[in-house]
Amino acid sequence: MERSLGKDITATLIVSALLIWLLPMMVATYTLTVLVIYGMLGLSLGLIWGFGGILCFGQAAFFGLGAYTYAIAAINFGESTVPMLLAVLVPLIFAAVLGALMFYGRLTDVYLGVITLVVTLILFKFVNSTAGPQYVIGNARLGGYNGIPGFQTLNVPGNPDAYIWGDPYFYFCAVTLVIVFLLVTWLLRSSFGRVAIGIRENETRMALMGYDVAARKTVLFAIGAAIAGLAGALFANWGEIVTPGLFSLGQSAEIIIWCIVGGLGTRLGPILGAAGLAYLKFMLGQQSLIDNTLITGLILVLFVLFLPKGLVPAVAAPWKASFGRARRRPHARQRRKARHG
Amino acid sequence: MDLSFVIAVEVLYAVASLVLISAGLAVVFGMMKVINLAHGEFMMLGGYTTITAVGLGVNVFIAMLVIAPLVVGLIGLIVERLVIRHLYGRLVDTMLATWGLSLVFIGLATMIFGNTTTGISTPIPGFAVGDYQISGYNFFIIVVAVVLVIAMLAVLRGTRAGLIARGTMQRADMAAALGYSPDRIYMATFFCGSALSGLAGAVLAPLVGLVPTSGGAYIAKAFITVIAGGPSLIAGLLSSATSFGVVNQVFTFAISPVIGEVALLVAAVILLRLMPQGITGRFFKGKL
Amino acid sequence: MSLNRRDFLGRTAALTTTAMLPTAVFADGTIKLGSILDASGPFDAYGKPMDQAMRMAVSEINEAGGLLGRQVEVTAYDTQSDMALYSQYGQQLTRQDKVDVVHGGILSASREAIRQTMRKTKTLYFYNVLYEGGVCDRNIFINGVTPAQQVEALVPFAMKNSGKKVYILAADYNYGQITARWIQKFVADNGGEVVGTDFFPLDVSDFGSTIAKVQTAAPDLVIAPLVGGAHLSFFRQWAAAGMKDKIALASTTLGVGNEHKVLTPEEGNGIMCAYNYSQELDTPENAQFKEKWAAMFDGDQSMHEIAVSHYHGIKTWAEGVRKAGSLDRMAIIEALETGISIMGPGGKVTVDPKTHHAVLDVHLMEMQDQQMKVIETLPQRQPVDTQAVCDLSANPNDNTQYEIEI
Repeated sequence: MERSLGKDITATLIVSALLIWLLPMMVATYTLTVLVIYGMLGLSLGLIWGFGGILCFGQAAFFGLGAYTYAIAAINFGESTVPMLLAVLVPLIFAAVLGALMFYGRLTDVYLGVITLVVTLILFKFVNSTAGPQYVIGNARLGGYNGIPGFQTLNVPGNPDAYIWGDPYFYFCAVTLVIVFLLVTWLLRSSFGRVAIGIRENETRMALMGYDVAARKTVLFAIGAAIAGLAGALFANWGEIVTPGLFSLGQSAEIIIWCIVGGLGTRLGPILGAAGLAYLKFMLGQQSLIDNTLITGLILVLFVLFLPKGLVPAVAAPWKASFGRARRRPHARQRRKARHG
Repeated sequence: MDLSFVIAVEVLYAVASLVLISAGLAVVFGMMKVINLAHGEFMMLGGYTTITAVGLGVNVFIAMLVIAPLVVGLIGLIVERLVIRHLYGRLVDTMLATWGLSLVFIGLATMIFGNTTTGISTPIPGFAVGDYQISGYNFFIIVVAVVLVIAMLAVLRGTRAGLIARGTMQRADMAAALGYSPDRIYMATFFCGSALSGLAGAVLAPLVGLVPTSGGAYIAKAFITVIAGGPSLIAGLLSSATSFGVVNQVFTFAISPVIGEVALLVAAVILLRLMPQGITGRFFKGKL
Repeated sequence: MSLNRRDFLGRTAALTTTAMLPTAVFADGTIKLGSILDASGPFDAYGKPMDQAMRMAVSEINEAGGLLGRQVEVTAYDTQSDMALYSQYGQQLTRQDKVDVVHGGILSASREAIRQTMRKTKTLYFYNVLYEGGVCDRNIFINGVTPAQQVEALVPFAMKNSGKKVYILAADYNYGQITARWIQKFVADNGGEVVGTDFFPLDVSDFGSTIAKVQTAAPDLVIAPLVGGAHLSFFRQWAAAGMKDKIALASTTLGVGNEHKVLTPEEGNGIMCAYNYSQELDTPENAQFKEKWAAMFDGDQSMHEIAVSHYHGIKTWAEGVRKAGSLDRMAIIEALETGISIMGPGGKVTVDPKTHHAVLDVHLMEMQDQQMKVIETLPQRQPVDTQAVCDLSANPNDNTQYEIEI
């Protein structure tokens, strides 16, 4: 019924090696790097929403938290290795606490959405109002609206003067994405992943079978946040500045759109959706005939109406031997419930 | 004494503006279980309609109270026919589609009005209470909010249309079986909800600098207020707007406006954690 | 003037190039001027006229035969009032377009977002906007007024017209934060008292509770360094609450984006401010400038304080290039450090060699019927705030923004 893990890994490695080799010939690596980073961010939400049924309106919160953690730590340490690790750990712990608060409180669908949205807003408002000199962590001024510029960017571990930037940074990000992708593949094939999909399909059934639903959702939520945090740290290195805009609702909205367009319940969909739409936005940014936002919005509406499963499942139906087997949208159950609400 | 009066007015104003910005969303959510994330943009459109109408020489009150709700209501009607009606019962999908619509409206407004700040002056002068000056417009907003709530109560309680609406709200299938087309009721509801959003946007327009992305500032607050209110339409709206408005203003006066906003949000998190079904999921059960 | 080796080499190189190349080729060898401004979004009231001023300055330079015999070509990016776009476009201007000079940045946040990129890539950078002072970096030239030039004059003027109790309402980012501290200092210096200070994020547009709060403190004067389109509603709400006649109002930013023309006379009249430029300045330079502007932009008259600063900045840069006789960054910096002056619509503007700031005229003004009436002119003020902490001739490698300590 499914290909073996070995085959899956081989296929992933071959395809990604080809892409990493070919793409820089077509698109500038500076742009490609950010597409790869957005791909990772898309994957983080694709994992918890597509495979865990958790619709998080605040994935940007973890992205921003990762970026800010990296920037603050990098200023204080003057070296990038520990800050990279912290940028994964801090969002992980934050999400674990937030997740426990929500899932043990049995919050579902809309209420879950509101809480994640509100938490993002709180972070945004807080960070946005820290321009005063009293907001300092170690040597790093939080800077409020200004954001934090001028931190140590990625360097070879142990050698703070050997910066990784330009083309090598693209290869670094691309390889990191491949590793994360393989880890996600492995996770979904483990018993943990199967139970997560079971919870997505029918939470009550899994609870009655004796699984601790809240704990498993919390762990999955935290893993998604860790990936988003990693993407945030990579983004901070790419942009060389972090601003409160990273926490904005607009950013969260975009991540959700990537997942919808790419295809929920697949691993590849959110990555392709993110990279594709971000590239489209970049291309549209070059023209001023039609407003950028208008097109993004139209795409979202049209996808929800006509292709609610997203591109990847629709195009690659025969290829769907992989994990998601998205025969049903994750919210089929909620849909019925909502109608008779 | 004068000060406490001024603070009381400010608190009332905060509650009233929360009621106003949430009313449209509450009607649509309460009746149809549709969360309209383009709500903020409907308000933004209401604001632009007012400014355009005033620019064309229309009296500012007619523009705010008549033209803006009508125009935005019609836009809502078109949106409902084209998009929303295909998605009834699919909560998450409607949220996403309306989110897309909100982006479309932002884009359209940017193309038509330009990405620049516009605004009109407040049409009502301020007046003195003892040693203090207060904005007369705050009173106007309070009055509009009160009239709105009373009107909603009157329509839902006292008219046949309200009865049908309430019936559909409780059991859409039974209403259909009795010969009332849910499709048409939903259409009318969405029109009313959009018109309310347009009204709110229009009434608040003189207080803010309007840009195409202004809607974003409202949607989160409205969303939080409606969800925290819970299943009852009016009782939920009033109770959550009151709690959040008071919390917001107390912290604004005690510390700063930013802390006031943050306090509102933190209150929402705590409230939902304690009452996952919203305030009226626990209190005022069965009220309107 | 002594001719140093670098200057000499630069000039001869330029001369030989011009002499040796056929005309067709050297027409291609344009000088690239990078521009990075918010021409849309909440800060477009500042950015659009700045963009116009830039295009006007460049067309004047080109009409006069260009610089070093070469035409100046503009590469412009619209940052849409989004600070994240600054770092992105800043990278593009320096790494991809490889421009010879960058003029731009409006909010202090945007300047700090790109300043280090400019320094790292050795791209000469001009920031031509009124700001909070203190930037000390040999790669940047700044000709906007600083607190010592503006606030120091405005505070006693406004306090004389009102009273000694002052309330500060400031934008919540580096400009507002630092300017608020300068205001506190100058209020104390003039024997006054600051009874309250509040900061507002740039998206705040509801000031109702703030206005009530200000009244409880009962100040004689409110000074408002508020920034952007959303904050403009403060002045509307202030007037709507009938506060205008009760408490005097001064601002370090209102009018910079021609806000006095957006506000009605009832809302704007009597607000006090201090800038380098007002459209109502009665000088031949200004009259000529306004006429040219109208001719170039179909009768438009949207020039304002920082558009004029921007124009001054580009003219100063052009003067530096002419004097250096080369496009070499260090040659231009050294030429500018000789203390170059230009005459512009805002009067005489001179580069201060030690700080890379500007010595210029400051006028105390009051808004009257959508105009900024000049009440008093303070000629040729020095940027003493920055001079007190920054000496680039002694420490050429300095790269900090000094902040006032209280």
